Amino acid sequence: MSEFAILGKPTPRVDGIPKVTGKAQYAADLSVAGMLYGEVLRSPYPHARILSIDTSRAERLPGVRGVITGKDFNGFRHGFMAHTRDESPLAPDKVRFIGDEVAAVAAIDPDIAHEAVELIRVEYEQLPAVFDPEEAMQEGAPAIHDHVQRNISAEMHFNFGDVEAAFARADHVREDRFYSQSVLHGFLEPHACIAQYEEPGKITFWGSKQSPYFPYRNLASAFKVPLSNVRVIQPVVGGGFGGKNDTFALDYAAVMLSKKTGHPVKFVYDIEDVLMAGRRRHPMIIYMKTGVKKDGTLLATECRVIADGGAYTAVGPMTIYLAGAFLTLPYKLPNLKYDAWRVYTNKPVSVAQRGHGVPQTRFAADCQLDLIAKDLGLDPVEIRLKNAIEPGHVTVNKIHISSCGLKETINRSTEFVNWKERKQELAKEREKGGRYLRGIGLACNGFMSGARLHGHTACAVVVKVHEDGTVSVLPGATDSGQGAETVLATMAAEVLGITLEDVHVSRVDSFLTPVDPGSYGSRVTSTAGPALLIAVGKCRTQLAEVAAKLLDAPVAEIEFRERKAFVKGDPTKQMPFGKLCRLAYQYGSGQVIIGEGYFGQNVALPNWDTGEGDVANAYTFGTQVAEVEVDRETGQVKLKKMIVAHDLGKMFNPLIVEGQHDGSIYGGMGQALYEECLNEDGLTLNPSILDYKMPTALDMPGVMESINIETNDPLGPFGAKESAEGTQVSTVPAIVNAIYDATGIMFTDLPITPEKVLRALEQKEQGGGPIVPASI
Amino acid sequence: MTNINFVVNGIRHQLAVKDNETLLDVLRDRLGLTGAKKGCDIGECGTCTVVVDGEPILSCITLAVEMEGKRITTIEGLAQNGELHPLQKAFHEHGAVQCGFCTPGMIMSGKALLDKNPKPTEQEVRRAISGNSCRCTGYDKPVKAILAAAEAEIQ
Ligand code: FES
Ligand code: FES
Repeated sequence: MSEFAILGKPTPRVDGIPKVTGKAQYAADLSVAGMLYGEVLRSPYPHARILSIDTSRAERLPGVRGVITGKDFNGFRHGFMAHTRDESPLAPDKVRFIGDEVAAVAAIDPDIAHEAVELIRVEYEQLPAVFDPEEAMQEGAPAIHDHVQRNISAEMHFNFGDVEAAFARADHVREDRFYSQSVLHGFLEPHACIAQYEEPGKITFWGSKQSPYFPYRNLASAFKVPLSNVRVIQPVVGGGFGGKNDTFALDYAAVMLSKKTGHPVKFVYDIEDVLMAGRRRHPMIIYMKTGVKKDGTLLATECRVIADGGAYTAVGPMTIYLAGAFLTLPYKLPNLKYDAWRVYTNKPVSVAQRGHGVPQTRFAADCQLDLIAKDLGLDPVEIRLKNAIEPGHVTVNKIHISSCGLKETINRSTEFVNWKERKQELAKEREKGGRYLRGIGLACNGFMSGARLHGHTACAVVVKVHEDGTVSVLPGATDSGQGAETVLATMAAEVLGITLEDVHVSRVDSFLTPVDPGSYGSRVTSTAGPALLIAVGKCRTQLAEVAAKLLDAPVAEIEFRERKAFVKGDPTKQMPFGKLCRLAYQYGSGQVIIGEGYFGQNVALPNWDTGEGDVANAYTFGTQVAEVEVDRETGQVKLKKMIVAHDLGKMFNPLIVEGQHDGSIYGGMGQALYEECLNEDGLTLNPSILDYKMPTALDMPGVMESINIETNDPLGPFGAKESAEGTQVSTVPAIVNAIYDATGIMFTDLPITPEKVLRALEQKEQGGGPIVPASI
Repeated sequence: MTNINFVVNGIRHQLAVKDNETLLDVLRDRLGLTGAKKGCDIGECGTCTVVVDGEPILSCITLAVEMEGKRITTIEGLAQNGELHPLQKAFHEHGAVQCGFCTPGMIMSGKALLDKNPKPTEQEVRRAISGNSCRCTGYDKPVKAILAAAEAEIQ
């Protein structure tokens, strides 16, 4: 029997029933009495000065209650850091991409709002625009932000060890260029919110946000009201993946229009808003130079990244920080030089997306590793095992690894597919010729578990035990679909020996729930988790004291399980949990059973300037093995199998963990083979789900296996670490390496479309090199 | 405005609808049935799927005026007397739900499939939900849930 009642078992989620019955309320499902409907006007030009805006015709349209423009925000700008605040709620003087928001209206119904937006006349002076980041950073390129030289939105330069000396010592050095394209978060729930502004300066905001304490702070600054005046109430969130962190035009506009009209205002973006103008993953051009010893030992990497940031900075500095800092995981790398520039272009804004910056550089590094292995005549598994990080490792940029199961993930995943035999078998099959080329490949990842940033790191949980033996958990953390509520409920139930049905996890209401940074950087289990354990531990202590009195036993002897309090070793002394709670309230000292806990930052924060230090409490590691089939006639690549082996510290719930792995495979496969925001002169050419090519149920591999390895992290709650993001880091390179095995062609330019495959196969037949040019 | 008579989840309705009003808007805004979701409103994502006279349809590209005399089932009409429908139960128990935004549409596609084909193959299930996008699950658990529900219904 397991020592745990719930932990580790495939228990259905706590939010499952409302979701399968259609009762779960998402932002667009809500209404508030008297509400108006808003719509935004977007720029049709990629780069233009706003000369004038005439809203008079819109204002005169019957049913219109309010029209606002950028000027209404009095110069307020927002951004991730104080010196990167370059984005206005509505563009006041200049538009910087097609879709940049210029004005907004509120009307008594959505049709009138739509009509009104079309009546707004904006006079623009078009400006020269720039779409390619490498062009944008040349002297003389059009300046997207007046004060910024060469359109550099952010840059990072790290230098650890001595790469030059290491290259000089290396037996083999390779240089390659990779390109990771622009992809969407792909959540199906478009952005939506309702805002109500009441004088004097009280804001109530319901919005689809994965980090509701972002708008809490942003709205307070924008409207110059105390934080405590902003009440952010979180509905059920229909997926985020990094795309629902920021506060957007609709959020600010809803509040401003409510302020102007005295009515609550609701905004629901349509899919085109999201696909045309919404945020996306940073495209990156990556130049990788790596030196190794003959036996495959990594000596040094020099990496240059040019990240296409789009029109504004947003969280971009963090993205290029992580893309560089994580080059020292999951393999031992003694020397690293990293130079990254995040460049403004006249395109939609690039931000965090599942894996945040790390998938792009890991794609480059892990694919280059297969090229190196080939050059040296080594097996891809062998070269990874040789360099794999082990527990206790400290990276050259001072990332401290405690628990680490990387080698085990490599061994278990490759054993699962019989790597050696399978590779030979597929090679033999290819020799026979035929229409399909099959191959196998792997890649590894290292990722953060519980991102730690400067600034807003406060994170707490309150637990209330009710008289009837049920428990309310009030976290500041958010479930955007990943299963956070279930994870928190599981911990609370486990500590108090009750069931998941006894635990209610509240969604964020900033009046009531304690503050939290947000659901990004795989934070909830790793940071809200320990906070919860402290809070629920305090409740347990209080209850144990009452039980000790009632059962006449020492406090230390009291145990909680099966909805009962027991005295250790004496089965005759026990009491139902509900009864204990009732007695604690009714016959106690007036005591109320409440506990609170916060997550303490116990290690030094990273250094933004040097790239040194711990960005997380713990780190996860994993390996993925992919098997693909390439159709020589159509150029189509089909992912046949994907094995995920992940060091998650401790298994909380296999249903949730497998679901997270499946989702990462899906997102990564989409990026590797199908998806891309096509852009021509700033215009998104495929703003529909069909044209964007999100994979369907028919495209998924028949085999998706998840192998989970428990390494019991010393800082993790019950030893747990993240299991939601790390996997997406290695999905792309595993697939690309499998295609390399199948075809002998390393595709360095994503996505690997049938056209690219056919062209490359043709070039190869004509005696072309083994590598497809990075940009086609 | 046109008057229509139709039955939603067993309840008869008579409504005056605008000629350009979609079934999805009528369900969500007029009848308060917000289980069907508006992911795209242009017939591409499947989150608005409901069952009309046994067929899965995309309610966002279906005009309400065409509903005269039709019987419509939405996600809200599946559970009977407080008992989850086998598909709902299977989605819940197999971890087929994450953010849940695609879930009502996917369950309704599953329902239309099982009503016609009580013992589908895995490939038939995948085809039946191929118009339902889901960013969270990778479809594996939803497919398993529909197969499990089919199994449960037969027994
Ligand atoms: S909302 Fe109907 S298909 Fe997307
Ligand atoms: S569960 Fe989130 S889109 Fe399917």
